Amino acid sequence: MSATITSTTRPAPSAPLQAVRSRSHGANVLRRLLRNPVAMTAATIILLLILVAIFAPWIMPADPFATSMFKRLRPVGTPGYPLGTDELGRDLLSRLMLGGRLSLFMGIAPVIMAFVIGSALGILAGYAGGKVNTVIMRCIDVLYAFPSVLLAIALSGALGAGITNALISLTVVFVPQIARIAESVTTQVRRSDYVDAARASGAPALTIVRRHVFGNVIGPIFVYATSLISVSMILASGLSFLGLGVKPPQPEWGLMLNTLRTAIYSQPLIAALPGVLIFVTSVSFNMLADGLRTAMEVKQ
Amino acid sequence: MNDMTTPTTAVDPRDVGGPRQPLMRVQALKKHFPLKRSSLGFGPKSAVRAVDGVSFEIRKGETLGVVGESGCGKSTTARLLMQLIVQDSGELVFDGATVGARELPLRDFRRQTQMVFQDSYSSLNPRMTIEDSVAFGPTVHGVSSRDALNRAHDLLARVGLEPARFAGRYPHELSGGQRQRVNIARALALEPRLVILDEAVSALDKSVEAQVLNLLEDLKRDFGLTYLFISHDLHVVRYMSDRVLVMYLGQVVEVGTATQVFDAPRHPYTRALLRSMPSGDPMQRTTEAPLSGDPPNPIDPPSGCRFHTRCAFAQAVCSQTQPDFIETAAGHGAACLRWQPGSGYMPPPDFPDLAETAAEVAHV
Repeated sequence: MSATITSTTRPAPSAPLQAVRSRSHGANVLRRLLRNPVAMTAATIILLLILVAIFAPWIMPADPFATSMFKRLRPVGTPGYPLGTDELGRDLLSRLMLGGRLSLFMGIAPVIMAFVIGSALGILAGYAGGKVNTVIMRCIDVLYAFPSVLLAIALSGALGAGITNALISLTVVFVPQIARIAESVTTQVRRSDYVDAARASGAPALTIVRRHVFGNVIGPIFVYATSLISVSMILASGLSFLGLGVKPPQPEWGLMLNTLRTAIYSQPLIAALPGVLIFVTSVSFNMLADGLRTAMEVKQ
Repeated sequence: MNDMTTPTTAVDPRDVGGPRQPLMRVQALKKHFPLKRSSLGFGPKSAVRAVDGVSFEIRKGETLGVVGESGCGKSTTARLLMQLIVQDSGELVFDGATVGARELPLRDFRRQTQMVFQDSYSSLNPRMTIEDSVAFGPTVHGVSSRDALNRAHDLLARVGLEPARFAGRYPHELSGGQRQRVNIARALALEPRLVILDEAVSALDKSVEAQVLNLLEDLKRDFGLTYLFISHDLHVVRYMSDRVLVMYLGQVVEVGTATQVFDAPRHPYTRALLRSMPSGDPMQRTTEAPLSGDPPNPIDPPSGCRFHTRCAFAQAVCSQTQPDFIETAAGHGAACLRWQPGSGYMPPPDFPDLAETAAEVAHV
C-alpha cells in the first residue's frame, strides 16, 4: 500500500511540471473492493444472475408458460427438464430464469427510488437542522414506527395487488430507513469545520451541500441502501407469496415459492429451489454491501 | 470617517475609514446557548453564557492576541465574528459598516474576513484535492474555475507547498503542518483583510509551529493583513501580538499592548495567567499553582466580579459590584474594582504592584 502511494504521488521524472494527481476516494474504494474475495464472489454471482435474467428469453430451454398435466412435478434431472417441472408441468429452469427478472427488479427498483427520496429528505433535514429537521424527521418516525413487513402488506393491501403498487409500498417502507441514515450522517458532516469554512467563504447553502456535503454522505447511505436490496427482494417475494405482488402466471421467485409449497412433501427439492435463489441473491447483496462498507471505512 | 486619510504608498482600495478607523469594532456582543429544560419543562430556563457582553476593537494592520482559559469564550467569539453563529445581541462594525446591514451584506463581509481553524484535518474536505479546497472560495464569488485554480496554485506556492507536488493531493496525504498551510492558503484565497486564527498553530509540533508562525508574519506583511490571533499559548501570543485581550468567563478583563499586558498586568487574573507561563529558567519555576480550581460554571457565573471566587485580593465588595472597564493607562484597561474610583475597594497594604510581580515572570 505504502509503496503504491509513493509511486503515485511522486512526480514522474518525464513530466516534472505536470501536477501530480492522487487517486480519488472512489478509485481507492474500488481498488480495495476488487481485492476482497468475498465481495468479489458476491458481485460475480449477482452479475451472473442479472445477466441470466436479462437474456432469459433467448437462453431459456423451454417455454415457461407451457403447461402439461402429464408432466407435473417431475424431479430434478428429468431429461428435457434439468430442474424438473412445477405443479402445472412447466419447465422450472425456464421459469426460474425468467422469474429472476421480476424478482431482481422488485429487489432493486424500490431501493433506488427510496435511495433518491430518502437521501434528499435526510440531507435536507440534516443540513437545515432546527424546525425543518424536526418536521421531516417526526413524519419519518411515524412511518418508521410500523414493522416493515406489516407496513408493506398494509400498503399493498390498500393499494391493491400489482407490481406498481408493490413497488410503491416497498419504496414507502424504505424511505424512512434511508432518510434516517442520511440525516444522521449529514448532521455529522454539517458540524465539521470544512463545512464551516465553506460557509465562511460566503457560499450559498445549495453549493455547500453539492460540493462539500453530498460527496461525504452519499457513500455511507449507498452502502446502507445496498444492504436493503436483499430485504426488498424478500419483502417483494413475501408480497407475491401473499398474492399482493406479481400475479400468476407471471413467474417470480416469491410467487413460485407460494404455488410450489403444496409440493413440499412430494418434491421438497423443487419446492425449495425458488427459495434457494432468493436466499443466494440476498446473501450476495449483503456480502457486497459488507465489502463496500469495509472498503469505504478504511481510514485514509 | 472622522479622520483625514493621508494617501500613503499602497492604500487598500477597500479601505473606507482610513488607518485610524478600527477594522472591526465589536460592541456588547452577547451569545448565550440555551440549555434544555428539565424533561417536564419546569424550572427556570438556563443558558451557557459563552460570550457575555464583549466589546473591543481590532485596529487596521495589527495583530490582536486573545488569551484565556479553555471555555472562556475565545472560540465562540471567533465564530461570532465570522458570523458562523449569530449573536443574541450586540453589533459588529467592519470598517465603519455594520455587518449584515444593507451597507455590508454578509456575503461581502465574508470575502473580507476569513478564518483558520485549529484542527487542520477536519477543516479540509477529505474528498477534495487541496487545490479544489483552496479554489472553492473564489469560484463562489464568481471567479472562473480556471482563474481560481491558478490563484490556488499561486497561494499554495506562497505558503510553501510546491503546486506541482501538492496541488492534486488529498488532505490525508499531507502532514499536519502542510495541511495548516493549505488552510491558510484557503483563507487567503478570498483576499481577506481580516484573518481570524483560532488556535491555528496550537495543534502543531513546536518546530512546525515556529515555521507556520513565521509564514503568518510574512503573509501579514506582504498582503497587508490584520490578524485576530486566538491562543492559549502565552509565549506565542506575546511573540505574535501587537495588542492583547484577556478573556475570562465570556467577558473581557484586560486589554492593552503586548508590553503593557505582559509587563504590567492590571487585572489579578492576567497576573495569575502570566504566572502560569512555564519558564525556561529553572530558578524561576513556581511550585505553587497561581490559580486553583476550574473556572466557575458559565451557566451561573458568580455575582459581581466574575473572578472574585478565585481572586487572591477579593474583598466583600467584589462579590456585589460588577466592575466597569477602566482605562489605567493610554490604550491599557482592565475590569477590576481596584482601578475603579469610588468602587469601595480598599487596596490592602499588601496589594502587590502587579507590574512588579509580572515583571519577574515575564523575563522569559
